[in-house]
Amino acid sequence: MTEKLVIIGNGMAPGRMLEHLFECAPGRYEITIFNAEPRVNYDRIMLSPVLSGEKDYGQIIIHGDGWYIKNGITLYKGHKVTGIDRAAKTVTSDQGVTASYDKLVIATGSVPLILPVPGNNLAGVLSYRDLDDVNAMLLAAQSRAQAVVIGGGLLGLEAAAGLQSRDMDVIVVHLMPTLMERQLDPAAGYMLQRELEHRGIKVLTKAATKSIRGTQRVEGVELDDGRILPATLVVMAAGIRPSAGLAKQAGLATNRGILVDDAMRTSDPDIFALGECAEVGGRVYGLVAPLYEMARVAAARLADDPAPRFVHNDTPTKLKVTGIDLFSLGDFADGEDRQEIVLRDAAAGVYKRLVLQDNRIIGTVLYGETADGAWFNDLKKRQVDISDMRETLIFGQAYQGGSPLDPMAAVAALPDDAEICGCNGVCKGKIAGTIKEKGLTTLDQVRAHTKASASCGSCTGLVEQVMKLTLGDAYNPAAVEPMCGCTTLGHDEARRLIKAKRLKTVYAVMQELEWKTSCGCAKCRPALNYYLVCDWPGEYADDYQSRFINERAHANIQKDGTYSVVPRMWGGVTSAKELRAIADVVDAFAIPTVKVTGGQRIDMLGIKKEDLPAVWAELGKAGFVSGHAYAKGLRTVKTCVGSDWCRFGTQDSTGLGIRIEKFMWGSWTPAKVKMAVSGCPRNCAEATCKDVGIVCVDSGYEIHFGGAAGLDIKGTEVLGLVKTEDEVLQVVAALVQMYREQARYLERIYKWTRRIGVDEIRRQVLDDPSRRKAYFDRFVFSQKFAQVDPWSERVSGKDKHEFRPMATLGMEAAQ
Amino acid sequence: MTVIDKTWIEIGRLDDIPVRGARVVKTPAGCLAVFRADDDSVYALEDRCPHRGGPLSNGIVHHKSVTCPLHNWVISLETGEAQGADAGRVETYRLRVEDRRIFVDATMLAHRREA
Repeated sequence: MTEKLVIIGNGMAPGRMLEHLFECAPGRYEITIFNAEPRVNYDRIMLSPVLSGEKDYGQIIIHGDGWYIKNGITLYKGHKVTGIDRAAKTVTSDQGVTASYDKLVIATGSVPLILPVPGNNLAGVLSYRDLDDVNAMLLAAQSRAQAVVIGGGLLGLEAAAGLQSRDMDVIVVHLMPTLMERQLDPAAGYMLQRELEHRGIKVLTKAATKSIRGTQRVEGVELDDGRILPATLVVMAAGIRPSAGLAKQAGLATNRGILVDDAMRTSDPDIFALGECAEVGGRVYGLVAPLYEMARVAAARLADDPAPRFVHNDTPTKLKVTGIDLFSLGDFADGEDRQEIVLRDAAAGVYKRLVLQDNRIIGTVLYGETADGAWFNDLKKRQVDISDMRETLIFGQAYQGGSPLDPMAAVAALPDDAEICGCNGVCKGKIAGTIKEKGLTTLDQVRAHTKASASCGSCTGLVEQVMKLTLGDAYNPAAVEPMCGCTTLGHDEARRLIKAKRLKTVYAVMQELEWKTSCGCAKCRPALNYYLVCDWPGEYADDYQSRFINERAHANIQKDGTYSVVPRMWGGVTSAKELRAIADVVDAFAIPTVKVTGGQRIDMLGIKKEDLPAVWAELGKAGFVSGHAYAKGLRTVKTCVGSDWCRFGTQDSTGLGIRIEKFMWGSWTPAKVKMAVSGCPRNCAEATCKDVGIVCVDSGYEIHFGGAAGLDIKGTEVLGLVKTEDEVLQVVAALVQMYREQARYLERIYKWTRRIGVDEIRRQVLDDPSRRKAYFDRFVFSQKFAQVDPWSERVSGKDKHEFRPMATLGMEAAQ
Repeated sequence: MTVIDKTWIEIGRLDDIPVRGARVVKTPAGCLAVFRADDDSVYALEDRCPHRGGPLSNGIVHHKSVTCPLHNWVISLETGEAQGADAGRVETYRLRVEDRRIFVDATMLAHRREA
């Protein structure tokens, strides 16, 4: 008989515990989770990148809704547990749900410390713990006003950097003389402060908050010395304390946190506690590595494995602010019996300090250059006597044993039990072993199977080196091809930085990302322009001069400098009136060639550039709009006649094609997008070689994607089957939006799919409803600005200069 | 000396050309492509790529070069020479800018007609 396991809290620690539990005791428990937050399990370490705009919520979800369903978990979202009845073995939520348990796990996490000062409950005073806080900060940041962050520790500084990258003026108020004093010594703290100030964040140290001022909303912060800092947003990041109230109320032993033994068991043997709420061996924890260790131990105990015990380990600290490298580990206080080795290069912004006791490393602070963090951590963990390399120790692993080692050799020299991923406690041997055992070849696979580099990502470089060592030439890691000769950045990196640094013009990108040329070239400018159009809908003003001529003239240039014009024929359906209008235009402008295209439309070729606006004006009168036959955007949606006429038709393929085209026209994409809808599997619209294709069947609509019938020939991949037209629209728009956001400029869907993987795309746009919705919503938002007919704009006079000569000189001029 | 002045013909104003853009000037000797670079300097080239005759005025302008819209040859605005591995050259024309008005040297147009 299955036992009942109830979990209070749905953070990263219980999520990881369940993963272990499903591995070692699948099916043993019937699981119920109560989550006070109204959502699934997401990666809280990544809240800072969400705040700074480097990631969005969809990208930090660890377990989507599908995972809970697949594992038969009952998840109560937005239910706060209000009581535990240990006699009856039940818990009850504030929504009135009661669940009984055989085993209970408390993972209530922590609550932020709110300073007990007047005004701390005003509107506009936030903490920094969960997605709601981040969303509230983003909302406040829209007003571009002044933020005060109270607390200059890890969280406070990440919040400050995030808000600043959202264009807010930010002041950090810190009680102690230097920043991050628990992780950094004063010298490194000072360098960090200078770097933040250089970025425009104001830092006040030795500053105590006296009160928060304001009547309804926060208006300012008053300091002890009488200074008043105006503020529209105050973020309290002064620390956290374990959330142990519920356990205490249930009569469990608590101190600072819920007291547990090294098996994660509380004073009640049927109740476990883990995560930030638990206190073990007199310590409470806030970093992810020990919390994951607790998860491993708790899972083992729930599976009746008595061996694993929780052991304390120092965990390195890193600050997740783009461009600031900082590493801190262990104990670095001065002491009689301690010695230190310091390397300081203020000009280069590098500071390294090792604290030694009995010739062994007990503490490390690295600022500016942190590559050797893993090596120092390993020396410390293994208590290596460093006397022999004392003179060169501070220069790092590369300088041991004579000539400098290359970075690969440095990783090769690490022992198998050296820790590579601090967050997930994954050592080198485990990564190498799993790669060999499971035949892994990509970083994503290694992340999926070992969890290495899957949390904060700062060890990605090391993981790739281990892959290189293990796979040899079979692995070609970061062979990033630069966008063009103007930069060393690849497309993905440039795009990530555009978002992170909130760059909003082509020239700001080149300035900030240190382009080598004054204004780019014909390769990078159109690419950057596309990324900006896609990433900042409604904000970015299209850079006309960075568009290829076809997208400037809204027609296709031909070999003789004339143009061809293709009006939209929705779903390939036309009428006598439309055909007559086309015939009249062809006559009026003496258009030499009229041809039917492969996309079920009519192409008029050989039109002089100067005539284009007049041609469009005539076509416009008959109701024609641009067919975007020239665009990196949605081209055609080809259809067959479907159930309207065809004796085999299963659905209204023509109607669906027209609906998709009307919904999606005008959107700019990395490369052209051609679609088709076939009314039955005979597939007369040839949907299975398109970028996106729909094949109608009796039971619904089969969605295909990633086909090609050009330079390459490739059949589509099947994304999945949906039941209604509305669902088709949802999924197709989400798929195209994911492609718009992730593909490199000029990369067709099939090439992008080869890079990302069919499964990953399916997971994001089909299996995960919340992610699909997010993509869909972003697509719809961007369409608000994209669905403007460029032809009628130009008929009304836009970009006149494009179509007219600047001057016409007569014969006399040349005499 | 007045003879020399008369050979300069006004073809438009600097502001008629977008920065990093081009306009066409039609002449009996064929079309000229008149470019405005990112530093506001202006250049006039024959509007025919040496490769397959593409209209250079329709290309993307970057620093002192233009990329032909047909097959991506890159042509120097200063010399008219094809850049990189490609070989070829287009005619260049002297321009003068005064008070944001652009003048072309008409003697060169005349020469081209004779040629």
